[in-house]
Amino acid sequence: MHTASVLLELGGVIVGLAVLARLAGRLGIPTIPLYLTVGLAFGRGGILPLITTEEFVEIGAEIGLILLLFMLGLEYTARELLATLRIQAPTGVLDFVLNFSPGVIAGLLLGWSLVACVVLGGVTYVSSSGIIAKLLHDFGRIGNRETPIILSVLVIEDLAMAIYLPILAALLIGGSTLVGLGTALAAIVSVIVVLALALKVDVRLSRMIFSHSDEALLLTILGLTLLMAGLAELFQISAAVAALLVGIMLSGPAAEGARALLSPLRDLFAAIFFAFVGFSLDPSEIPPVLGTAIALGAISAVTKYATGWWSAGKSGVGPKGRARAGATLIARGEFSIAVAGLAVASDVEPDLGPLAVTYVFLLAVIGPIAARLAEPIADRLLAASHARNPETIEEITPNPETIEEIT
Amino acid sequence: MTEISEVKLPGLGVRYEFTTQEGKRVGLVSHRSGYKELYFADPDDRDAFKRVLGLSDKDARTLAELLGGSRVTEELAELQHQIEGLAIDWLPLRDDSPYVGHTIGDARIRSRTGVSVVAVLRGDQAIPAPGPELGLQQGDYLVVVGTTRGIEGVVELLHRG
Repeated sequence: MHTASVLLELGGVIVGLAVLARLAGRLGIPTIPLYLTVGLAFGRGGILPLITTEEFVEIGAEIGLILLLFMLGLEYTARELLATLRIQAPTGVLDFVLNFSPGVIAGLLLGWSLVACVVLGGVTYVSSSGIIAKLLHDFGRIGNRETPIILSVLVIEDLAMAIYLPILAALLIGGSTLVGLGTALAAIVSVIVVLALALKVDVRLSRMIFSHSDEALLLTILGLTLLMAGLAELFQISAAVAALLVGIMLSGPAAEGARALLSPLRDLFAAIFFAFVGFSLDPSEIPPVLGTAIALGAISAVTKYATGWWSAGKSGVGPKGRARAGATLIARGEFSIAVAGLAVASDVEPDLGPLAVTYVFLLAVIGPIAARLAEPIADRLLAASHARNPETIEEITPNPETIEEIT
Repeated sequence: MTEISEVKLPGLGVRYEFTTQEGKRVGLVSHRSGYKELYFADPDDRDAFKRVLGLSDKDARTLAELLGGSRVTEELAELQHQIEGLAIDWLPLRDDSPYVGHTIGDARIRSRTGVSVVAVLRGDQAIPAPGPELGLQQGDYLVVVGTTRGIEGVVELLHRG
């Protein structure tokens, strides 16, 4: 009887997620906000609370978070991270300052603790590389000149997460005391050591792990990632950080293989993770934070847009490309939820979870719409400014003399 | 030769761009998997590139052959014409070669065959004028310069040790 009800509940949730994934595809919006909604509906105080599968869903969500961060690390090698950092450091600093502060300031205005403010800063800081990669692909913008800049921003955020998450984990455990700060420092040092190690051993390690059998490769990588995550949790560093670092350390054929093999698993468990974050909230907690979420969303959409606009401009991209870069970066998603998820688990601030979820819901929906509309709006504005001031359009067309030729 | 601008696309591959003699701008995205995409610039927006063609690794090689070989091939062919008796070749380092995981110095190529290794091609990357301390990896190509007989010796040496 117990098995039957577990299977029924689990099947019901997954079918629900499947229906939403189809709906999202039809509407052309990301799946994350819909998964959060299904979580709200089935969770505590929702229309149909789950009872028997709670434990399974909780572990599934933990695996989802680990796989999300592992795949994020897998996207880039340690070499790429450092090379990008060297070239695009000013962009990274601007991105951090402009987008971390709205969350921190909002937290301070709400009278939250320092830890809760740092969490909210992380939520507003990090763009959704999942949503953005899909947007670039769907809109056929991979070949565009602003695309390398958009990706650089995401890469630096990835690296920043490797530093930020251990600090956050330490603060969540130790509070903003000296002990907490000490743990944070130790965590950062270990992250730097691992990154330096990754530069040295990435090829050898990846060759050791690689196997031509998909089955063996899948089990090796999943097993090692979970083991490392478990070890990190044991030493109170946070499983998510360990997963991110393992991902960064892998490269070459092992990484290519892992990406292909683990993507479907990540999709399944990440969906459970998003739903789980929704489960842990009571829908009645949403309306009181709605106003704050809208204000914070509006402000941090503008600051992200400014980041993209400025960075693309610095690389010599024209106004339309700058508009696209800015608008594309607005979307927040999986990593904001991951950051909030860590905090919700340790219960630092009752309003934090609902606020973060509402915030991500808004920007995950608005981000893609903004990315789509950036082009026609920029066209309008350029046409209007052209009508007023005919010379400005001249700057947009490339000057043939700047095209250098070496014979 | 036309200047090619090259930018890394972290997580994806590399993006190249150049302008043709007719003034058309062409973009090429080379994915890490070897898949390549060809783009043309939108005439109304200098930063927007429209995808025109996707090429598998094999397709790209076919197209390159039809278009007259790569730049490196052409330059090497030209050099070979200029010096009588000089042979240039690139040799794959096979998985079963005893020098996978060893350095160039370990193979003692020059002292045994008189042939110089002028570059190592690794994936999309070329390592010019490698020192003896450079480690060799499976899948590397060694660009070697010497006599025909010497190069035959290198082939033998890389294979047997």
